[in-house]
Amino acid sequence: MSVPSAHSVSELSSLPKTIAGIVVAAYAIITILPLLWIFLTGFKTPTDSISYPPKIFSEPSVEGYVNLFTTRTRQTPEFLSSLPPPQTWYEQLVRSRSMVIAGPSKVLPRFLNSIVIGFGSTFLAVCLGTIAAYAFSRFRVPLADDLLFFILSTRMMPPIAVAIPIYLMFRNLGLTDTKLGMILLYTAVNVSLAVWLLKGFIDEIPREYEEAAMVDGYTRLQAFFKVVLPQATTGIAATAIFCLIFAWNEYAFAVLLTSGDAQTMPPFIPFIIGEGGQDWPAVAAATTLFFLPILLFTIVLRRHLLRGITFGAVRK
Amino acid sequence: MSTLAERAVARAPRRPAFRLGGMSDRAIAWLFITPSILLLLAINIFPLLWTIQLSFTNYRANRPNAPLRYIGLANYRDILTDPDVWHAMQATAHFVLWSIALQVVLGFSLALLINRRFRGHSFWTTMILLPMMLSPAVVGNFWTFLLQPQIGLFNSAVAFFTGADPSSFQMIGDVALAPWSIIMVDTWMWTPYVMLICLAGLRSIPDYIYEAAEVDRASPWRQFWSITLPMVMPFLMLAILFRAIENFKMFDMVNLLTSGGPGSTTEVASITLKREAFEKWRTGYSSALAIILFVTVFGAANIYVRALDRVKQR
Repeated sequence: MSVPSAHSVSELSSLPKTIAGIVVAAYAIITILPLLWIFLTGFKTPTDSISYPPKIFSEPSVEGYVNLFTTRTRQTPEFLSSLPPPQTWYEQLVRSRSMVIAGPSKVLPRFLNSIVIGFGSTFLAVCLGTIAAYAFSRFRVPLADDLLFFILSTRMMPPIAVAIPIYLMFRNLGLTDTKLGMILLYTAVNVSLAVWLLKGFIDEIPREYEEAAMVDGYTRLQAFFKVVLPQATTGIAATAIFCLIFAWNEYAFAVLLTSGDAQTMPPFIPFIIGEGGQDWPAVAAATTLFFLPILLFTIVLRRHLLRGITFGAVRK
Repeated sequence: MSTLAERAVARAPRRPAFRLGGMSDRAIAWLFITPSILLLLAINIFPLLWTIQLSFTNYRANRPNAPLRYIGLANYRDILTDPDVWHAMQATAHFVLWSIALQVVLGFSLALLINRRFRGHSFWTTMILLPMMLSPAVVGNFWTFLLQPQIGLFNSAVAFFTGADPSSFQMIGDVALAPWSIIMVDTWMWTPYVMLICLAGLRSIPDYIYEAAEVDRASPWRQFWSITLPMVMPFLMLAILFRAIENFKMFDMVNLLTSGGPGSTTEVASITLKREAFEKWRTGYSSALAIILFVTVFGAANIYVRALDRVKQR
């Protein structure tokens, strides 16, 4: 980063800062509008969400969220009047649509799958990636460049291309539609990212630290655990978030290899169906809840974003 | 690269292994690298080899007990003479070229503007970055909602600015517009990616170069063409490489936005692959197609990286 004042020379004087600011802000607002629209749709009633012309402001409603978490059945007025009065506010809301709650929907187990598979594969990928990156960074590994390129090239395969044999392999091993299978698969996909990113971060830690520790009588492994790892915490955390985001967002493998027990959110969200097609407020509610963690991570990661998305090729 | 000290460490005699953690460096190196390599061999390379083997057979995954026959290069011959595959390749090329062209123009322009460091630039940058962090599948899904004729936000916005009837056109259902709807959503999502990389390129240009140009009374226009653009070029080319690989294998967003439709207008290569492999269950045939796609990406990426190196050296 250079000193801001030094930039005064490099600026094209024809375009004042304010105009640049206004154009960028306008682009940002346009780009954010679709997301805001989805957020708003989550708080509309199903009727308002598909009104023509589209309504910007409508009576706020949490029906989308209630519909997201429940399954409901339509009932006759006679049956509804024979029921005891509703116990909770959400039962009341559903009752007002002449329906009753039949039970919880599958969204919670799916969300849980996303969390378990995401964190499980991230943990494994970061553990494997950290030690491999340390070895590549500090030791003279024969064919190191070839191995590193091999690790990267596994990312170039279209997921559908490897999905065919992985599907067959999982079927033979009984891993189809299991969380373990998905964790192993995502770990393999993420390990290439983890090795490349972490090698960059560990390269930046001066070797002198470990060498000093080893002079003091630490073994190489002790130096790794007690000196290098603490120094690499930021890098490891950033890498972990990138791995987590990948696993969180992944769709191709999830839709082909899972159908129920291990299904994550991305293949589930498009199939949130109401009466007559997609229940848009419920879909929007699910999308909002699904995006929130990512939103947080993006803000946390801002400084390391560039590195993460270019496999460490570009560092600021 | 390696310092003397490092070489000395690497050549240090093996210490006896009885002390906890007292392994030799070489042993540690292999111990640390092997798990990752084994995992990649099991979950990436073994399946790839299996795909190669299957591509020479008539295997169908929905009939595992049918006799397996080796049919040589027949699958490859069928693919290369299949007009549907060529159609998919054209659709993919159209999608990749246009989406990258738009992202480069928009991303580079935004980066130039953000590099002016106006007040609040980091806040707006973060806002712009959001779409690329989202799940492409979920993005594809909610854009089907935004692109609906009449009730969709997009059609209403277009109607608002042009005065056209919002129900007079549909982005997803129309043969002429559907290819542009996937390009538009991809551009919406990935322009920030190109922007971020270009911004890094712009910030890597040392100020003294501009100062020297200023002394020489080079016009801003001249400065842009002879300083800014060449210096950002390697970064821009890297961004194009990553985007091209990703978009060539694009599946999730397109599958949810148009699922290849209407008809097969937006059927990009990965969608064809999915249809052959998991709907028609022609496993052998689709394996051959997968190999062709992989070789194409890999070959093109290699050629491109050489070109990139040449640009960097200049």
